[in-house]
Amino acid sequence: MDYISNTESEKKEMLKEIGVNSALELFNDIDKKLILKEPLKVSKKLSELEVRKKLEAIAQKNKLVKNFLGAGCYSHYIPSVVNHIISRSEFYTAYTPYQPEISQGSLQSIFEFQTYICRLTGMDAANASMYDGSTALAEAAFMAHNITNKNKIIIPKTVHPEYRKVVQTYCSMHSIDYVEINYKNGIIDIENLKNEIDGNTAAVIVQNPNFFGCIENTAEIEKLAKQNNALLISCVAEAISLGLLEPKNADIVVGDGQSFGIPLSFGGPAFGFMAVKQEHVRKMPGRLVGQTIDAENKKGFILTLQAREQHIRREKATSNICTNSALMALAATVYLSMLGNQLKDLANLNLQKAHYAYEKIRQLNNFEPAFSSPFFNEFVIKCNDINNLFLKMKENDIVPGLDLGKYYPELKNHMLICVTEMHSKEDIDNLIKIMEEK
Amino acid sequence: MKLIFEKSSAGRKAIELPDLDVPEKSDLMPKSMLRAKLNLPEVSELDVVRHYTSLSKRNFGVDNGFYPLGSCTMKYNPKINEDISRLQGFTAVHPLAPEALSQGALQLMYELEKDLCEITGMQRFTLQPAAGSHGELTGVMIIKKYFEIKGEKRNKILIPDSAHGTNPASAALCGFEVETISSNSEGCVDLEDLRQHINKDVAALMLTNPNTLGLHDKNILEIAKILHDNCSLFYCDGANANALLGIAKIADMGFDIVQLNLHKTFSTPHGCGGPGSGPVGVVKSLVDFLPVPLVEQQNEKYSLNYNLKNSIGQVRAFYGNFGVLVKAYTYIKSLGAEGLRQVAENAVLNANYLMSKLKKYYDLPYDAICKHEFVLSDKGMPNHITTADIAKRLLDYGFHAPTIYFPLIVHGSIMIEPTETESKQTLDEFADVMIKIKQEAEQNPELLRNAPSTTPVKRLDAVTAARNPILKWEEK
Repeated sequence: MDYISNTESEKKEMLKEIGVNSALELFNDIDKKLILKEPLKVSKKLSELEVRKKLEAIAQKNKLVKNFLGAGCYSHYIPSVVNHIISRSEFYTAYTPYQPEISQGSLQSIFEFQTYICRLTGMDAANASMYDGSTALAEAAFMAHNITNKNKIIIPKTVHPEYRKVVQTYCSMHSIDYVEINYKNGIIDIENLKNEIDGNTAAVIVQNPNFFGCIENTAEIEKLAKQNNALLISCVAEAISLGLLEPKNADIVVGDGQSFGIPLSFGGPAFGFMAVKQEHVRKMPGRLVGQTIDAENKKGFILTLQAREQHIRREKATSNICTNSALMALAATVYLSMLGNQLKDLANLNLQKAHYAYEKIRQLNNFEPAFSSPFFNEFVIKCNDINNLFLKMKENDIVPGLDLGKYYPELKNHMLICVTEMHSKEDIDNLIKIMEEK
Repeated sequence: MKLIFEKSSAGRKAIELPDLDVPEKSDLMPKSMLRAKLNLPEVSELDVVRHYTSLSKRNFGVDNGFYPLGSCTMKYNPKINEDISRLQGFTAVHPLAPEALSQGALQLMYELEKDLCEITGMQRFTLQPAAGSHGELTGVMIIKKYFEIKGEKRNKILIPDSAHGTNPASAALCGFEVETISSNSEGCVDLEDLRQHINKDVAALMLTNPNTLGLHDKNILEIAKILHDNCSLFYCDGANANALLGIAKIADMGFDIVQLNLHKTFSTPHGCGGPGSGPVGVVKSLVDFLPVPLVEQQNEKYSLNYNLKNSIGQVRAFYGNFGVLVKAYTYIKSLGAEGLRQVAENAVLNANYLMSKLKKYYDLPYDAICKHEFVLSDKGMPNHITTADIAKRLLDYGFHAPTIYFPLIVHGSIMIEPTETESKQTLDEFADVMIKIKQEAEQNPELLRNAPSTTPVKRLDAVTAARNPILKWEEK
């Protein structure tokens, strides 16, 4: 199926109007030796029925089992309303709102999104979204470098390993010093931070809850940042935590919004968010929607502060971002409207269930918590023999968590366990039961 | 229309959370980090549904009508692609699940990459970049790393004046100095100007092909030779690849790197501005520089390969916008080789047909066979009517406006890309309206200056919005 509307006779009429004999003549500007003589070696066209069968068969090759995986991609319940709204094709088949008079739906929903992000982060202004949490963090680091004119970014190993890799890639392209610091008891090693932070530090990054699920103490870190005229960038990978926790003391708050009504989808698409204090608004990357009035003084919304952006500023732009993740930001806007202040109760469900699991596991032989710092809905457990455990779990169609050995050589035989509202007490008890079995 | 925040009524609920089925404990979190107040709106499910349904009615997508937004390839987004991407087998896969559990996802990525390689002639693709400009950035990072490994200091990237604004922004983000190359009277790269800019500082030329005037650069092979003789790389912004599908391969033209925009060429919807997907393909000598991981296949098993010698690293967490990849894959499978070629033929046919109808009424600064789009100017419009006026009047007639005031090398650009999925009837209707608007400009210019008049809001004041930015709602 090629979704083309023109019939053969219409094509003839059109070619006549153009003044050529065949569609191929329209490619005469391309060097003859470049024109393909053979059809592409991709499979032949399929009917919708055949396509559906083929794709359903591929989808079935993914084995969906009970798992306790989080680590930057979280399983939460998505109310039906979310998918119904983002499936309205007035939204999903529209481009970036360049014609505001016929894009008020998208513009107003982005304005609402910006308001939600400001309220959740406590910041003054938020942009219309970024690609994901990792790129939002990398752009924030780059932004801090631009604001402070300083060249060092400090990032603790308690930040998501994949986020760190992205920040490192972005930093290396601009010769920014990328410095990692260690952790102690699952949170930033303050002594190590004190040794590394200096007058050349543009920003210190803190993920909260951090990759291990632990809560960082930002007050102390902020003090150190302030003393060195560095910015504090706060990063949130598990957005549900915002129901209980407030990013405090930060100059820039970024994060990933996948937890707000967006499925796992093998890690994408979701969206990143970025929010800043008032004084940094004009240095912020990405689209911004502002309120204005129309020719009849009626309230309306429009893309604004575009003088920061690539299509005006070209090489002097704050970033090259244009397409972001608007539809996913809309999903989050609808999700947050559905949850309202119950976001706090949902966060508490996560907190309580994770702690229930933690307490149960603590009582088992052969397993012990790696850290004693407070945590949200993820925690690290040390086991005697992780390979054996994973094998046993596999027989029971369970993935008990993330093996941390791949990311932290010193955490061999450690796993990161995530518990959300999706796990019932029975699921948790069942996990414990299998862990207990010799 | 009121904001959702203005519809809040304390105590109203849109969702019932499950009961806590484990014993509740207190003081689990440090008090200093706890939030004092949440302050989100409290509405009912019906409130939410009505609110966002009303908002959707104040929006315009491809499903509402003709959307000839140049360089954005606003083709029809087949519904089957949406259904497939929402199959639970795809949406519920965790990116960090053991590879044995996500063989379907890996297979889809592997096969999509193979198809993109075949379509462009490139050796390998990364599917990680989340948008076209993210792909560009990835491409420029590869260029930078390539010369670093070669031990050469090359700090310049050449970009034609017709390029997308993202090109210079991407180059600058990686610390390159940008030099602009002029276009010639035919709208193509001025070879003389290019030769004058070529020296050992030049890392690469970034060229959009077909370019933003909708023209394939006739001298493409010569440009490639000039660059390669200087050991520079040739980067293709493939945002406009729609016109080339099955007709010619980008690698055959001499390009070393290309980014494709799946949300343009491969029909994944734009969603009011993303999520997109901007895979980057490279020739053999650059494969080692791609971001990790790549998907490999061995003995019918698919796996992630993080082991690339000179990899630039990772450009986003996980593997890319997988849900978007599913839609693009489904699209390619539906069309097959024949269908992909039909896309190019009909995209070019539609653009040339509309161009030949409109050039009798509007100024066409580059009058040549075009590819996927063409650009009119506001030259000769009566009564000082501007391009913005024409664009706003089109909204009154139920069309989305073309891209306007871009590319910058045409005065008052009106950049029209009809795409292949539109019918001759639609193109005729659009042409008739454009001709009528030209007449209105002569006879009743106020109609244009006051346009749009049928939309939910009238022309919006951009200056006020920027002077005193209101970026969020606050309670009075």
